Amino acid sequence: MSADRRPRRRTLADRGIDGVTLLLLPAALFVVLLFVYPFVYGLLLSFAPKEGGWLGNYSKFFSDPYMYGTIWLTLRLALPVTLLNIALSVPVAMQVRHMKRQRLLTTILVLPITLGTVLVAEGLLNYLGPQGWLNRTLILIGLIDHPIRLVHNYWGVFISLVITGFPFTFLLTLSMISGIDPALEQAAATLGARARSRFRHIVLPLIVPGLAVTFCLAFVDAFSVFPSAVMLGAPAGETRVISFAAAQAAFEQYDYSYASAIAMIMAVVQFGFVGLVLTARGLFYKGPVGGGKG
Amino acid sequence: MESALERLWRTLVWAFVIFFVVNVLAMIATVVINSFGTRWLSSWLPAAFTLRWYASAWKEFQLGDVLLVTFQIAGAVVLLSALIGVPAAYALARRDFPAKPLVIVLFLLPLLVPPITFGIPLATVLYKVGLAGTMWGVIVANLVPTVPFTVILMIPFIEQIDPKVEAAARVFGAGTGRLFIHVLVPLLVPGILAATLLAMVRTVSMFELTFLTAGPSSQTLVVALYYSVFAAGVRAGQSIDAMAVIYMLSTLIWLIVALRFVNPTQIVARVKKSAA
Amino acid sequence: MAIASAGFRELRLDGMSRNFGAHNALKEISLTVQRGEFIALLGPSGCGKSTALNCLAGLLSLSDGAIWLDEKRIDTLKPEERGFGMVFQNYALFPHMSVRRNVGFGLQMSGVPKAEIERRVDEALNVVRLTSQGAKLPGQLSGGQQQRVAIARAIAVEPPLVLMDEPLSNLDAKLRLEMRAEIRRIHRLLGSATIYVTHDQDEALSLADRIVVLRDGEVRQIGTPQDLYRRPLHADVAEFMGFRNALPGRLVRRAGEEIEVDCGFAGTIRGQAVDVAGERVVVAIRPADLVPMADGPIQAEVTGLEYRGEAYYGTATGPGGAELYFRTDEPLGVGAAVRLGAPAERTLVYAAGGVG
Repeated sequence: MSADRRPRRRTLADRGIDGVTLLLLPAALFVVLLFVYPFVYGLLLSFAPKEGGWLGNYSKFFSDPYMYGTIWLTLRLALPVTLLNIALSVPVAMQVRHMKRQRLLTTILVLPITLGTVLVAEGLLNYLGPQGWLNRTLILIGLIDHPIRLVHNYWGVFISLVITGFPFTFLLTLSMISGIDPALEQAAATLGARARSRFRHIVLPLIVPGLAVTFCLAFVDAFSVFPSAVMLGAPAGETRVISFAAAQAAFEQYDYSYASAIAMIMAVVQFGFVGLVLTARGLFYKGPVGGGKG
Repeated sequence: MESALERLWRTLVWAFVIFFVVNVLAMIATVVINSFGTRWLSSWLPAAFTLRWYASAWKEFQLGDVLLVTFQIAGAVVLLSALIGVPAAYALARRDFPAKPLVIVLFLLPLLVPPITFGIPLATVLYKVGLAGTMWGVIVANLVPTVPFTVILMIPFIEQIDPKVEAAARVFGAGTGRLFIHVLVPLLVPGILAATLLAMVRTVSMFELTFLTAGPSSQTLVVALYYSVFAAGVRAGQSIDAMAVIYMLSTLIWLIVALRFVNPTQIVARVKKSAA
Repeated sequence: MAIASAGFRELRLDGMSRNFGAHNALKEISLTVQRGEFIALLGPSGCGKSTALNCLAGLLSLSDGAIWLDEKRIDTLKPEERGFGMVFQNYALFPHMSVRRNVGFGLQMSGVPKAEIERRVDEALNVVRLTSQGAKLPGQLSGGQQQRVAIARAIAVEPPLVLMDEPLSNLDAKLRLEMRAEIRRIHRLLGSATIYVTHDQDEALSLADRIVVLRDGEVRQIGTPQDLYRRPLHADVAEFMGFRNALPGRLVRRAGEEIEVDCGFAGTIRGQAVDVAGERVVVAIRPADLVPMADGPIQAEVTGLEYRGEAYYGTATGPGGAELYFRTDEPLGVGAAVRLGAPAERTLVYAAGGVG
C-alpha cells in the first residue's frame, strides 16, 4: 500500500504542494468563510425580499428616485474627486521624486489616511465652518467678504475626499514614477526631447497602466464614502450617498435583504467602472519600466 | 538653464503642496486647540485654555471603557491576524503551485473591495449566527481585511530571506516548527512588527466594519466618536474634540512606531504592487 | 545618401571640472577631439570617466571650465539642445515603444517629416543589421540586439559626437568581441567622433585612436593605444595597463634612458627610465616579459603555477618577500628555485611614490 502511495506524494510535492503549502489553509479558509461566503449569502439574500418576487428588492430600488438617485449623487462626488486627485498627484509626484528628503512630506501626507474619514470629517467641521480658520483667512486676505458655506453640503464632502484621497493617489503615483529608470528620460533628453516631450512620450505612457489601477482603487474608495458624507454633508439631500442608503435599510428598517441588494448594486457599479478602466488599460504597455534587459 | 515657464510651473506645484500640507495640519490643529479651549466662537484662538473637557469627555463618553474595548479588540485582531497570516505568507513566498494566482486574488479582494460594500452582507451573516453586537463579532469582522493585509505585507519580507538559511537549519536537523521559532521568527521580527503595527492602526481607525457589527458595549473609539458627532448639539463640541484628540493619539502612536520599519509610501504601495 | 555625421572640426574640453559637494570628481580635464576620432576614456571604477561623459552629454552641469564645439560654447546647453547621440550602459531603450519608434525618437523630437523619419530609421537599422526586427518591443530582443537598437537610436539623428557609456559591459564574452568589431565598423561608416567610456583596457586598445587614462578625476595620460601599451608615463598607469610586477628599488646608474636599479636581488635590473626623479624608484614589468633565464638577476621561489594554453603563468616570492608574476614555457614545480629576468627595453622604471 505504501508502495503505490509514494509516487502520488511525489507528484504533489513536485507541483509545490506539501506540508508548507498547507500553512495557507487557515488563512484561505478564513477568507472564504468570512468574505466569500457572506458575499454569496448577501447576493442570494438580496433575491429573497420581504415582499414581492425574487427581483422585488431591485425593482423597489430602481423605481424609487430617492433610492436610485443615490447612484448618481455618489458618482457626482466620487468621479470628479478621483480624477482631480490623480490630476494633482502626477505633477506633484514629478516634482517630489527629485526631492532629497521626501520622508517628512510623505509622513505628513500619510496622516490623513491613517486618521481616517471620521476624524477628518470632525476636524473639517471646525476648520471649514463659518468661524473656522479657512474662512477667517480668506476674509483676512480679502478674497471674500462673507464666510462661504463649506460644511453640510456637497463641497464639505468633496474637500474631505480630497484630503484623504489625494495622499493615497499621490503616494501610489510617487512609487510608480520613482520606479522608472532615470536613464530613460536622460536618453530622451540626449535625443532632443524637452521636459514636456519627455513627460508626454516617456513618463506618461509608462505610468498610464499604474494610474488606471490607482484610479480603480481610489474610485472604489470614494464611491463607498460613508461617515464624511453623513457628518460633513447633507445626508438627506445632495450627499445622500448609496452606502448611507444601505446602512439606513439595514439599521433603521432592519431589512437586511434590501440592504444586501443595495450593497450588491454598489458592488456592481464599482466593478463596472473597474472593469471598464482595466479593459482600457489593456491597450497600453504594461511590462517592466526599470529599463535594461528584459 | 531653466525657462521661466518651467520655473513658474514648479512654483505652482510646490505652492499647491504647501497649501495642502498647511490645510491638513491646520485641520488637525483646530481639533487639538478646540479640545483645550474654554470658548471659541468668533476669534482666531479660544478665549482661554483648560483641561476640563478631557475630564468631562472621559466621564460623558465612558472613554475608559471605550478605550479598554478598543484595545482588547485591536489586540485580539493583531494577534490572530499574525497567527493566521504569517504562516500563509510563508507558504505563498516559498511555494509555487498551480492555484497560486487565484489564492493571491482571494487575499487581495478583501483589501480592494471597500469595507462598507462587503460589511453589510458580513454583518447580516454575523447577526444570523448571533455574533454581531458582541466583541467577538467586531473582532471577526476586523480580521477580514487584516488577515489578507498581513499576508500581502509579509510576503516580500519573507521572500528577502535567503532560502539557503532555512536549508542550512534543516540540514542541522530543525523541523518546520523549530525552523519557524528559531530561525524565521527572529529574522522576521521587523516585518512582523511592521505588519502588526499597521494592522493595529487599521483596526483602531476602521470605522465601517466596526460600525456595522458593534453593539453598545463593543464600540471602539472611532465609532463612539462618530455617534457623538452625529448626535452633536447635546454635548459640548470641545469634549467631542477631546475625544478626537485621544483617538488621534491612539492611532498615531502605532503609526509612528511602524514608520521605523516601513516608509510611508510602502503603507499604501505594497498592496498596489501585488495588485498590478 | 547614407547616414553620416553632422560636420564639425573639433570638440574642445577646456578645464572641465565637476564637484559633488567637497568631492572633486573631475579636475580640470582638457582635451581636443578631432572629427572622425575614436577616443576611449579608460580608468578604474570611480575615476570620473562616467562623470566626464555625463558632463559632455549635458546630464551633469560643470562646476568649472567650458566645452566648445568649434566656435560654439555648448556646456551651458541642456542635453536636448546639444544634439549628441548617447548609448547608455543598460541601453535605456523605451520599453513601451517598438524598435522603429525607439530609433526614430530623436528625429521625431526634432520635427523631421514622417517619410524622412521612416527612411532614416531604415538606414539606421540597416547599419546595425536589424532590419527585420523593427516592429518588436525592446523586451522581445536579446541583449546584443538591444545593444544594436541603442546604437541605431543614437546614430539615427546623425550626431556630430556619439557618447558610449560602457556599452558592452552587460554582454557575454563572445558577444562583446562581436559588438566591438561592429562599433568600430559603424564609427568608420559615420565619420563622427566617438567618445567611449570603459574600464576594460583590451576594449580601449582595440577600439580607440587615442586613449585618455583617468584616475581620481584627473587625466594621467593621453596617447595612442601603442603608446599606452608600450610606454605608460606613470607607475599607476603602468599598473593599470598590465605591468603587474612593481618592484621598489634604488637607482644605481643612469645614462640617458638606460638605467640600472638595485631591487635587493642578486644582480641589478636594467631598464628604461620613463619618469625618474631621485634615487628611489619602482621597476614595472609585465608578467609576459618576466621569464626564467640562466643569468636572470631576480632569484625567487615558485609559489604557484597555472596553465593558460600558450604558456604557463606563475607566481613567485623574491628574497625580500616581493610578489612576482612571470611566464614560463616549462612547467615548474612549486618550491622550485628560479632565476627570472626581462628584456631591458620592456622594463620600465618610475619614480617611487609617484602615484596620485
